[in-house]
Amino acid sequence: MAASPSISIAIIGSGGAGALTTVDSLLETASTAGWHGLFTRTMGPQIRGGEAAGLLRLAVHPVECPPERYDLLIGIDWLNAHRFGAEIKAAPQTLVISDPRGGDLPPMVTESGARVVEVPMKDMAKAIPDGRPNMIALGIAARLLGFTAEQALAPIEKRLAGKGAAAIEASLAGIKVGFGAAAGIDFGKQLAAPEPSKGRRWLLSGNEATALGAMRGGIRFAAAYPITPATEILEWLAPNLTKAGGALLQAEDELAAINMIIGASYGGTPSLTATAGPGLSLMIEALGLATAAEVPVVVVDVMRGGPSTGIPTKSEQGDLNIAIYGMHGDAPHLVLAPQSIGDCVFTTQWATYLAEAMQAPAIVLSDQFMGQSRAAIERPADVAFIGARAVARDIVGTYKRHAIAASGVSPMAIPGTRGGQYTADGLTHSERGTPTSSAADHMAQLDKRRDKLDRFNYGDHWATVEGDGDLAVITWGSLTGAAREGIALAAADGIKVRMVAPRLLAPVQPERLAAALDGVKRILVVEQTHGAQFNKFLRAHYDLPAPVRVFSRPGPLPITAGEIHRAIAEWR
Amino acid sequence: MTMNIETRTYKQADYKSDVKPIWCPGCGDYHVLMSFTRAFAQLGLPPEEIVVVSGIGCSSRIPAYTNCYGFHGVHGRSLALAAGLKVTRPDLTVVVASGDGDGYSIGGNHFLHACRRNVDMTYVVMDNHIYGMTKGQPSPTTEPEFDTALSPGGTKVRPFHPLVVALASGANFIARCFSGDPNQTADVLAEAIRHPGFSFVEILSPCVTFRPDEKAWKEQVHAAPVTETSDQGKAARRLMTDDGFNIGILYRGNRTPYQPAAGKSDFDLSELEKDFEL
Repeated sequence: MAASPSISIAIIGSGGAGALTTVDSLLETASTAGWHGLFTRTMGPQIRGGEAAGLLRLAVHPVECPPERYDLLIGIDWLNAHRFGAEIKAAPQTLVISDPRGGDLPPMVTESGARVVEVPMKDMAKAIPDGRPNMIALGIAARLLGFTAEQALAPIEKRLAGKGAAAIEASLAGIKVGFGAAAGIDFGKQLAAPEPSKGRRWLLSGNEATALGAMRGGIRFAAAYPITPATEILEWLAPNLTKAGGALLQAEDELAAINMIIGASYGGTPSLTATAGPGLSLMIEALGLATAAEVPVVVVDVMRGGPSTGIPTKSEQGDLNIAIYGMHGDAPHLVLAPQSIGDCVFTTQWATYLAEAMQAPAIVLSDQFMGQSRAAIERPADVAFIGARAVARDIVGTYKRHAIAASGVSPMAIPGTRGGQYTADGLTHSERGTPTSSAADHMAQLDKRRDKLDRFNYGDHWATVEGDGDLAVITWGSLTGAAREGIALAAADGIKVRMVAPRLLAPVQPERLAAALDGVKRILVVEQTHGAQFNKFLRAHYDLPAPVRVFSRPGPLPITAGEIHRAIAEWR
Repeated sequence: MTMNIETRTYKQADYKSDVKPIWCPGCGDYHVLMSFTRAFAQLGLPPEEIVVVSGIGCSSRIPAYTNCYGFHGVHGRSLALAAGLKVTRPDLTVVVASGDGDGYSIGGNHFLHACRRNVDMTYVVMDNHIYGMTKGQPSPTTEPEFDTALSPGGTKVRPFHPLVVALASGANFIARCFSGDPNQTADVLAEAIRHPGFSFVEILSPCVTFRPDEKAWKEQVHAAPVTETSDQGKAARRLMTDDGFNIGILYRGNRTPYQPAAGKSDFDLSELEKDFEL
C-alpha cells in the first residue's frame, strides 16, 4: 500500500452527537504524533439538533486549505447529511462507514460510487455503560489511520479530566470497541510518515491565534459583544487579559464595544474588539471618530456570509468593501488580513503595532474558515512588533494634540499628564483640537491623517510574494493557502505561477505591487465574494500591468486548491 | 533621596478653558459649565486628572469649555466610551455630559447598562425637553402636546422618566438639579463625584431659543419634599409621583462599584502559549 502525503476524513452526525469533538481529538492525536492537520467544522447555526460535521485533513506538510475529496467518511447518522452534499465530496475510492440505523445514505454517498461498510455504532455504544457512538467512530478512525487506541484516548482523557474516571473508562471502552470493529476493514490508504518537526508545534484555532497576536502586540483591554464566528477571540482574551493586568468589558452592543475601546485607548491602553459583519456595520460610525480623533484601536472582523445575518457559520470575503470604504467622509485607516491560522498571530500583532504607531484604527479581516478551524502548525516566530505610541510628556506651553509633523504623527497626551489637557473630537478641529470649520484646518488635518499612513514604511510584511512565473495569482486572506497549493499543483504540470497576497490592504502600496508584478503577462484574481470586490478594489487603486481574469465565488463552499489549479490551467 | 512634594490648590478659573462657548445667550448650559468648574474646585482635583466625556448636542459641547481632558465623541455613546476609559484608568475622575436627546433617545440603551454596570463615574444630563442643535424637534422628555415642525400638534407620546429608569436599572446615586441655581448644582455634582459607583444627575437646563416657556422653570422648581434616601422602594415611590421639579439628591445607594480585577502587569506572555503546545 502506497503511503499518501495527505488523508482527509469527515465525521458526520446530528448536532450534539459529538462529531466535532471526535474530529478535534483525532487532530490532536495525529499532531502529537507529528503530522500537520486542519480541522474545519461545518454546521448550521443551531446548538443541538440539525447537522454537524467535522472535517479533517492530515498531511506531512502544513495544511491551509480543505481537500478536494474525502478518503474516509464516517456517518454516525445521516439525518441531515444531505445538507453537506456540496461540501463533502466522496469518490469511488472513498471508504464510507455507516451505521445501519443511522438513516438513509445521502446522495453524496450513493451517487459517488463510494465503498460502504456498515458498522452498528449506535448498538455497540448501547452495550457499553454510558457509551457514546462518537467514541466508537473515533476508535474506527484511529485504527484506519494507524493509531493505537491509547493514542486516540489521550486527548479525550485530557478533556474529561474533570468528569471523573468513569467517563474516561466509558470513552476508552467505546474507542476499543470501535478499534476492534475496524480490524477487518481495508481502508486501502496509509499516511506517509511525518517529517521530523523543526521546532515546537502548536495546536490552535485562528481565533485563538488572533487573540494571542493581539496580546503580543500589546493589547490590554478588550470590549466584547458576542457574535458568531468571532466570539472565541473574546472568550480567550477574557481570562488572559486579566492575567496580564488588563481587562475585558462585556458591552451591551457593538456600538458600545467600539466606543469602550476608543475610551480605553484614549486613556493610553492599547485596545481591541472582535466582531463579524453585522457588528462591524454598527461600529463604522465610531471608527470614523477614532480616525478623526486619532485614537488607535484594533477591530477584528471574522467574516461570515453576508449581507445582513447571512450565513453566520460559513466563510466569505464579502466584508472587504465595508472595511475599506465603510466610513463616511475621507477616513484613511489600516486594513489588514491574515493569511493562515499561524499568520493570525503575526498579522494581529502587526496591526496592533501599526495602529499604535500611527494613532489610527486598524481593521483585521479574518474569516470563519481561519477563525474557527484548528490546525497543528509550527510555532509562529516571535517578532518585535510591540505597540508603542508617541506620547507627549513634560509639556511646556500650549499643547497641540494634532500638530502637523513631517511624519504626520503627533505625540498624544495621556490623561493625567499635566499641561496636556485637550478635547479629543470628531468635529473637524485645529492643531490644538479646537472645533473649527475652516477650510485650511480641514485640509491640514485630512492631509495629516492620510500622510501618516502613506509615509510609514511597512517593509516586506505588506504581502506574501512567492514564485516567478509570468502568470500571477493575486489573492488575499484565507485563500492564500489554497492558492499556494493550487500553484504547486500547476507547478507539477510544469506551469510556473507567482503569487501575490497583500496582507496590508489599506493603505494601498502601488509601488510594491508594481514591483511584485514586474514582467507578468497574465493575472488571475482569486477571491471569495459574489461581487468580485477584491478585483474591483485592485482595479480602483492599482495599475495592473497585464490582462486580468477573475475566479470569484461567494461562500459557503470553500474554494479549493484544485479549483484554483484548474483556473490557472485555463488561463493560458 | 529628596522628594519633591508639591501642593497645588485650585480656583474655579483653573478648570475653565479659553474656548468661547457656542451657546445661545441665556442658555442654561452656561450655568451648568459654571457648576462643573465650581464642583471641581470644591473637590480640589487636578484638572489633568479629570476627563469630561460627551456625545453630540448643545450640552455635549461642554468638554472643550473646561480645562480638563475631554472627549467629544459620537452621538449617544458617551457612557460606553467613558466606561472603557474608567475601568482601564480608575485613577481618573470621569464625568459624562449629555442631553435629553443624546442620553435618553439615541443613547438610551447605554443609559440602562451604565446604571446596571455601576462603574464609578458621574453622568450629567442637561435636560431641556427639546433637540436644540437641530432647531427644535421633540426629544424623549418633550411633553406630548408640545407642537413642533416635526410633530405638528404634539407627539402624543408619553415622556420618558429618566430618574425612574435610572433607579430601576441600578444607578447608585440619583439627583435632580436646576441650572439656574449653580451653587446648589455644584454642591450636588461634588457629592455625585464623591459617591462611589454610577451617579446620575439630571439638570433641568432651559432652552431659551426653542423652549422660551422653560423660563418659567425657575418658578416651578422646589426643594425635594422629603430627605434623600437609600431605600429603593421609597425612592421609587417618590420618583414615580414627583412633579418633575423636585430638586436635590433623591437616592443614594450602597452598591459596590464595578471595577474589573487587575492582574500582574509583569506577567510573562509566553505563559499563554502553553495552551497551544503539543
